[in-house]
Amino acid sequence: MNTNSRLIVGPFNRVEGDLEVTLDISAGQVQSARVTAPMYRGFERILVGRPPEDALVVAPRICGICSVSQSVAAARALASVARIAMPDNGRLLTDLMLACENAADHLTHFVLFFMPDFVRPTYADRPWFAAAERRFAAIHGEASRQMVPARARFLHLMGLLAGKWPHSLALQPGGVTKGVDSGERIRLLGILADFRRQLEQVLFADSLENIAALSSRAALESWADQAPQDHGDFRLFLHIARDLRLDQSGHGPHRFLSHGSFGLFPAGQAVSGAISAFDPAQVAEDLTSAWMDTPALPDADKAGAYSWCKAPRLSGQSFETGALARAMVAADSLARDLCADKGGSVQARVVIRLVELAKLVIAMENWTKRIKPGEAICEEAPLPLHGHGLGLVEAARGALSHRLDMDGGRIRDYAIIAPTTWNFSPRDQAGNPGPLEQALQGAPVQDGETTPIAVQHIVRSFDPCMACTVH
Amino acid sequence: MSLLAADDMGLVHSLERFGIHLLWHPSLSMECGAEAVAILEDAASGRIKVDALCVEGAALTGPDGSGRFQILSGTGKAMTWWIKAIAAQAHHVVAVGSCAAFGGFPAAEDNPTDSVSLQDLLGADFRAQGGLPVINVAGCAPHPGWLVESLAELALSGTCALDSLGRPRAFADHLAHHGCGRNEFYEFKASAARASDRGCLMENLGCKATQAPGDCNIRRWNGYGSCTDAGYACINCTSPDFQDPEASFTETAKIAGIPVGLPVDMPKAWFVALAALSKSATPKRVRANSHADHVVVPPARLPPKHS
Repeated sequence: MNTNSRLIVGPFNRVEGDLEVTLDISAGQVQSARVTAPMYRGFERILVGRPPEDALVVAPRICGICSVSQSVAAARALASVARIAMPDNGRLLTDLMLACENAADHLTHFVLFFMPDFVRPTYADRPWFAAAERRFAAIHGEASRQMVPARARFLHLMGLLAGKWPHSLALQPGGVTKGVDSGERIRLLGILADFRRQLEQVLFADSLENIAALSSRAALESWADQAPQDHGDFRLFLHIARDLRLDQSGHGPHRFLSHGSFGLFPAGQAVSGAISAFDPAQVAEDLTSAWMDTPALPDADKAGAYSWCKAPRLSGQSFETGALARAMVAADSLARDLCADKGGSVQARVVIRLVELAKLVIAMENWTKRIKPGEAICEEAPLPLHGHGLGLVEAARGALSHRLDMDGGRIRDYAIIAPTTWNFSPRDQAGNPGPLEQALQGAPVQDGETTPIAVQHIVRSFDPCMACTVH
Repeated sequence: MSLLAADDMGLVHSLERFGIHLLWHPSLSMECGAEAVAILEDAASGRIKVDALCVEGAALTGPDGSGRFQILSGTGKAMTWWIKAIAAQAHHVVAVGSCAAFGGFPAAEDNPTDSVSLQDLLGADFRAQGGLPVINVAGCAPHPGWLVESLAELALSGTCALDSLGRPRAFADHLAHHGCGRNEFYEFKASAARASDRGCLMENLGCKATQAPGDCNIRRWNGYGSCTDAGYACINCTSPDFQDPEASFTETAKIAGIPVGLPVDMPKAWFVALAALSKSATPKRVRANSHADHVVVPPARLPPKHS
């Protein structure tokens, strides 16, 4: 493509919620990208004036896929006001529910949202195409026929502990509302064992422990070559990624943020590999390109704005968040190796997400064995009339924060920053693009493409949740 | 997203058993961008037959009636425009979840997005080509079975019995209270006092299961669960305006110590009289367990008879 042109891509499906991407193209490459969240929802305003504990009902309903993460963030915000800590059982059961949602989301993303793009006719001549088509054709591929039922049975854990998924009130500031007796603890272990078997047979074709132990790019490549390319869906992805150079695609800002989670992943920031502490006080939301006059007041006619998404910045800079960020901040050797040169990539995001899935299931088995039936599950959490609270959590897609201001026993202000708000933020006052906007620069565009395939890989590699983004 | 777990096999396979195929689904379909718009245009123009239009989420009519709070990306047109266009061609129109059915949380408080239900967007007199008003598969989130079985019923018999608010009677003829695992505590009015107690959630903790349409405790959610089984109140999420309760969601609104929201069709005086009677007859075991987070007093056993 020799001429300058503009493409508007949407509706961008196989992401959670709606998304539009505007691409300025010349010389066969994306020169500049604008990411638009085309929906405003007003949840922060709906929370104002309510009793604070009602945040536990309202917040999860921001999203049907990050519901537990939103619940935990709200519960932690309230717990920080009430100044209470959970009993061990409460923490273990909360972690189990959060990890269940994160793990289920990672699997859903890989099988249903991300991989079907490799089945497009443009790849028909690639050596892996037949395998990809058999495994990952949208809706009818073998992988979705195997893994969607496996995911559904895995979510029985939510049925048992949370009553249902999504939208549970079992997650409280002081713990959980439902304990497990000895029989239920065994049932939980059964659910986890079944899920482990599915992952080990179908997704990884190896033990979870071997996947969790992959510690370098060389180890990963060597593991990929140990068996035929279609021996496990993870291996098939690694072969596709190698062929398409997905390690060279979609470089983010090389700045990563994690709130920390489960005691497995510490909180912090990693800037060009240098890890330092995270200070929530340095986070601010820039409204320059958002159709917002104030953090709570929409203005659909605002000049220069192009998204309902605000632009969170940490010390004035954009940050990428998600499983890759959690691993980078944890100084994980595989993540650091994959990001060594240019930061995050399509390959790195997908690889680390699946490695995290393996680690989560191993951790969940350990936590379940540590539950003590009959011991306390919930601390009472009487709330003062006034106060400020902050709830930090790691959703599947990354850093999620709830900031709460209460007065006279009512919510006076409630501010939510969701992971995709970080990743898919628009330009800020200084004109700096958000992480996805930056990652799309340089993406190749073939003649005649209306929805460039490289752009689709990059966008979906972030596993966006647009519903949370605009809350 | 709750639907992905339908019948433990997933939405797609669950519907396929009844000969139902998805034309396009925003989370699951291959088609993206221009390809997706082409399908939606064909649906809006009648070039392809749409047996059922399923809409999740409230219709955002703001700001100022423009619908610009939700533009369908890549089209420059409001989602409300697309809903009206495709609804005019569809044989049935299905609202999935309480936001689409009744407005739900987006319509709470001062309704910042001017959200309305699907039926309100399309007009009170709207009937789809199949003759039915909007079919309200309410719930936040709805049970996957409610949608799958409603669509299957439409495919099988061409119609679906609805209650006065457009909810399929298959689930709306039940109350969430039916089959509640806290049944014995309800009988004796042995009430929970705090979030993790095993007792009945109605008297103190805001439970509205005795008023809420739904077979929540007859069928299971995610294999095992229900709200009340997991220790928290039913918030009547299948009903209009559930998003704006009289008190906090988890606190029972009372007048003179008596809950305001008693079972709809029970005389209040009788309820109060029976409650007083049953409270005085509560076994020690039930009372003790109602204030604990696990069984502290197991049921007594009769000694074995000697022959």
